[in-house]
Amino acid sequence: MNMLPAGDGAAQVGRWGGQYLIVQLQAEPFGVDITAVREIIAYVVPTQIPMMPDFVVGVINLRGQVVPVIDIALRFGRPATAIHKRSCIIIVDLQEGESRQRLGVIVDAVNEVLEFPGEQIEPAPQFGAGLRTEFIRGMGKVANQFIVLLEMARVLSMDEMAELAAIAAGATAGA
Amino acid sequence: MIDLDPQMAAALQTFFEESRELLQDMENALLFMENAGADSERINAVFRAAHTIKGSAGLFGLEEVVRFTHRLENLLDQIRSGVTDLTPVRITLLLSCGDHIAGYLDRIATDSSLDQVFLAEDLRLLGDLAAQLGSSPVASIAPAIAPALAPTTLALTVPPSPEPEFSNSPGSVQTGNWHISLRFGLDTFRDGMDPLSFLRYLEQIGEIIGIVTLTDSLPALSQMDAESCYLGFEISFRSSADKAKIADVFDFVQESSTIHILPAHSQITAYLQLIQQLPEADQHLGEILVSVGSLTEEELQKALTLQDAGNQGGQHQPLGEILVAQKMVQEPVVQGALEKQQQQREHQVVERQMLRVRAADLDQLVNLVGELVIASAANSLYAAQSNAEERVESAAQVARLVEDIRDGALHLRMIDVAEVFQRFPRVVRDTARTLGKDIRLEISGEGTELDKSMAEKITDPLMHLVRNAMDHGIESAERRHALGKPAQGCISLHACHDAGGIIIEVRDDGGGLNREKILGKAIEKGLVTPEQQLSDQEIYALIFAPGFSTADQVSDISGRGVGMDVVRQNIEAIRGSIEIHSTPGAGSTMRIRLPLTLSIIDGFLVKLATDTFVIPAESVEECLEYPEQQGTVGYMVLRDQALPLLHLTGVFRFDAQPEKRRNVIVVRHGQDRVGMVVGAILGNQQTVIKPLGKLFDQVPGISAATILGNGDVAPILDIPALIHHHASAKHIH
Repeated sequence: MNMLPAGDGAAQVGRWGGQYLIVQLQAEPFGVDITAVREIIAYVVPTQIPMMPDFVVGVINLRGQVVPVIDIALRFGRPATAIHKRSCIIIVDLQEGESRQRLGVIVDAVNEVLEFPGEQIEPAPQFGAGLRTEFIRGMGKVANQFIVLLEMARVLSMDEMAELAAIAAGATAGA
Repeated sequence: MIDLDPQMAAALQTFFEESRELLQDMENALLFMENAGADSERINAVFRAAHTIKGSAGLFGLEEVVRFTHRLENLLDQIRSGVTDLTPVRITLLLSCGDHIAGYLDRIATDSSLDQVFLAEDLRLLGDLAAQLGSSPVASIAPAIAPALAPTTLALTVPPSPEPEFSNSPGSVQTGNWHISLRFGLDTFRDGMDPLSFLRYLEQIGEIIGIVTLTDSLPALSQMDAESCYLGFEISFRSSADKAKIADVFDFVQESSTIHILPAHSQITAYLQLIQQLPEADQHLGEILVSVGSLTEEELQKALTLQDAGNQGGQHQPLGEILVAQKMVQEPVVQGALEKQQQQREHQVVERQMLRVRAADLDQLVNLVGELVIASAANSLYAAQSNAEERVESAAQVARLVEDIRDGALHLRMIDVAEVFQRFPRVVRDTARTLGKDIRLEISGEGTELDKSMAEKITDPLMHLVRNAMDHGIESAERRHALGKPAQGCISLHACHDAGGIIIEVRDDGGGLNREKILGKAIEKGLVTPEQQLSDQEIYALIFAPGFSTADQVSDISGRGVGMDVVRQNIEAIRGSIEIHSTPGAGSTMRIRLPLTLSIIDGFLVKLATDTFVIPAESVEECLEYPEQQGTVGYMVLRDQALPLLHLTGVFRFDAQPEKRRNVIVVRHGQDRVGMVVGAILGNQQTVIKPLGKLFDQVPGISAATILGNGDVAPILDIPALIHHHASAKHIH
C-alpha cells in the first residue's frame, strides 16, 4: 500500500478530489471516498467472534460471504456506537497489495454524497480533530464548515488490525 | 512461441498434458524395469510413449522435440528388438532423456528460449544416445551410417520369416512380402503430415522391396491445390513385423487416408479385392502390383480371370461375402495380430471415456453445491417451522439429494493418491544416488482418494519429508551393517482413510530421531529451557520450529533447517496435522492427517451462551451430559479414565452466567481426547467452510466460519488448536 504520510502538503491533498459519502458517526459527519464503498445495507446483528479486539464487532453473512464488521468509533478510541433504527453498515472494498479485503463499517446514518474538488480539500490539522492524524485524508470544505475525510486504508489497515487482534487473542491464550 | 488460433492453442495444451502423462508412464515403466528387469511389454510402452510424443510434436511443428525424440526412439527401437540390452546405464540415460523432453515441453509451454545449459544438455544426451547406439553389434559394422538408419540395417540381419506352411497353401501368391497400398488423404499436408516420413519410418521395421508412386489422382495443373496431397503408393514390403505394427506406422493418417495392408502369402482373391476397392483402373493397378513385385504376371492374369468370372455372374461380390472371403485368408498369426490390434483399440476407447475438465470449472461447481447445501438447510428449517408434513417430507428428500450431489461433486475432485506417489520412485532413486545410499521405496495404499487441490499442496511437503528421511533417517551402509540391519534402507509411503480423514505416512527404517540431540539443539537455540519437562512427542515436534536443523553438515538434500517448519505450515494450511513417531534404532514415521475435503464438512452444532458454534463432526467421539456435581475440576471420569475438560466459555472469555444445562462433547485429535464443555447441543448439519480472512488468523481455536440455514454466521472450532492450547495452558500453570 502506498500510503501518504499524514498531514502532507496541499499539493498532494489536491489529488484527493472526488465524491465522498457523508456518514454520520456519533453526531459528527465524516466523508468516505465513494470509490471504496461497495454498498450500504441495513444494520444486521453480527455474529461475535470470540477473543477479538472490541472494534471487531463480529461477522455478517453478505449473500454467502462472511464479512467482518468494524466499529470505527472504537477504533478512534471513542465509546462504542449505539445501535438504533437508522444504523447502517457500509460495505467497503479495500485493496491492500495483491488482496482485496471486504469489510463492513457501522455508521449511525448515511446523509448524502458530496463532491469535493481538489482545491476544496485542506490538509489534515496536526491536532484538534480528535483523531489520529493518519486516519485523516484531508478536510473537505463545505459552506464554511469542515468535514473530516477519512483515509479508510489507514483506518481499516488490515496489518494493524490483525496485529491488534493477535495481541487480543494472545492475551487470552496466556490467561 | 508460434501464433496459434484458439482451437490450435487448446490442442497444444492437450498435447502438453498428454505428453507429460506419457513421460510419466515412460518413467514408471523404466523405473519398474530397473528393479524387476526388462520385459517386452514395458519396453513397448516406453517406445509407444516416445513415438506418440514424436508424432504429436510433429503435428505442431515442434521440430526440436521431433528431432530429439527421434534419436531417443532409435535407441528404444534397438532395445525393443533385442539388439541392445536395457542396462542400468541406458535406463539412466533414458530417464534423463525423458526429463529433457519434459524440459522442452516446459520451455515451449512457457514460451521461454532454450538456454545454453539446456542446449549443452541436449548435445550431451544426443551424444550419449549415439554412443549407446554405436555400441550395439549391428551398428558397429556400419558405424558411418547415421543412427536413424541403424534399425534398417538391423532388420536386414533378421531374415524375414515366412511361415513355411503359408507358402505352400494353395491359391496364395509367391512372394513372402507384405503388400501395402496407400492413398493419402487430401488434407495430409494440412494436418502437418509428410507422406515421405511415413515411408522412412516404415523402413525402420522392414525393407521396401518395391515401390510405385501413384499420381493418377493428380489433377491438371490449373486445378491443382498446392496444399492438397494427391499421392498414393503401392509398396512391396519385407518385414518380420506383425500387421498391427505395420498398421501402427500409419496411425496418424489412419483416419484420413485409405490404407490396405495385405499380409505375406495372401490369397490371390485378397489382391483381387484390393484391386477392386481401389479407385484406379483395375488393369492399371494390376500392372503396378506386378511392377512393385507383390504379384507375378501369372498371378495377375489369374486374378483378372477370377474378376471376369465374378462380373459375368452379375455384379461384384457383396460386402458380406468379401468379408467372409477375407476371413478365410486370415491365418492364425494374422488373426492374432488383428486381435491384438483390436485390444489396443478397445483400450484406447476406455481411455477416451475419461473427460478432461478444467479445474476452475470444478471449483465453481463445488462452490455452487456449497451454496445449494446452505439453501437446502434453510429450506429444511422453514419447512420444519411451517409444520406441514408434506413440506417437511419433500424438504427432507431435497436435502438427501443435495447431500448426494455434494458427495458426487466432491468426488469429481478426488484423485487417487497413487498420482501423488507416482513421482516418488524417481525422487527416491535420484536422491539415493546423490547420497550414495542404497534405498528402496515401498508404496502402499493406492486407491485412497483425496481432493485434487489437496494433492497438489501435499506433494511438496511429502517430497521434503521423504528427502529428509533419506538424508537424516537412513544410516550409511557401513553403519547399517554394523548394526546388523540389511544394507538396503527402506522408505515407505502409505496412505489410508481414517476417521473422516486421510492419513499419509512416510516411514523409514533408519536410526530414528535423536531425542537428546534435538533437545540439546533446541536448548541451544533457546526454543525450550533445560528445566522444562517434555514428552517424547513434544521433543520430536521441536524439529518443526523455524530454522531448526540437527544436521551437522549442510548437504544438497537437506540440512539448511528451512523446510520442516514450512512442511508443517503447508500441512496446516490445508487443515491437516503432522505427528512424529520414532523408535531409536528402528526408524521413524511421519504421520500426516488430512481432511477429506477443503470446502464442506459435517458440522456438529452447539450453543455457547447465545451463540452457535460448529465442531467438525469428524472429531466428535461422543456427547455426554455435564456432571454438575463435578465442581470446577478440569477433569471428569469417563469409563474409569480421566478425561480433561475444556470450558469453552472460559477459553473464549464469555462472561455469561453458567448455563443451566451443560454438555460435554468428547473430541479426539490424534492421540488426544478432550471433553469440550458447551451449552445446548443442536445436532448435525452440513456446513460449507467460509474463510474468515486475515483479521481472524490469530484467533486460537477458530479455523473458519460457516453460514447456517437461517442465514446466521457460525464460527467453526479448530479442535487441534484448542487441544494444543489446552495442553500448553497446562504447562504454564
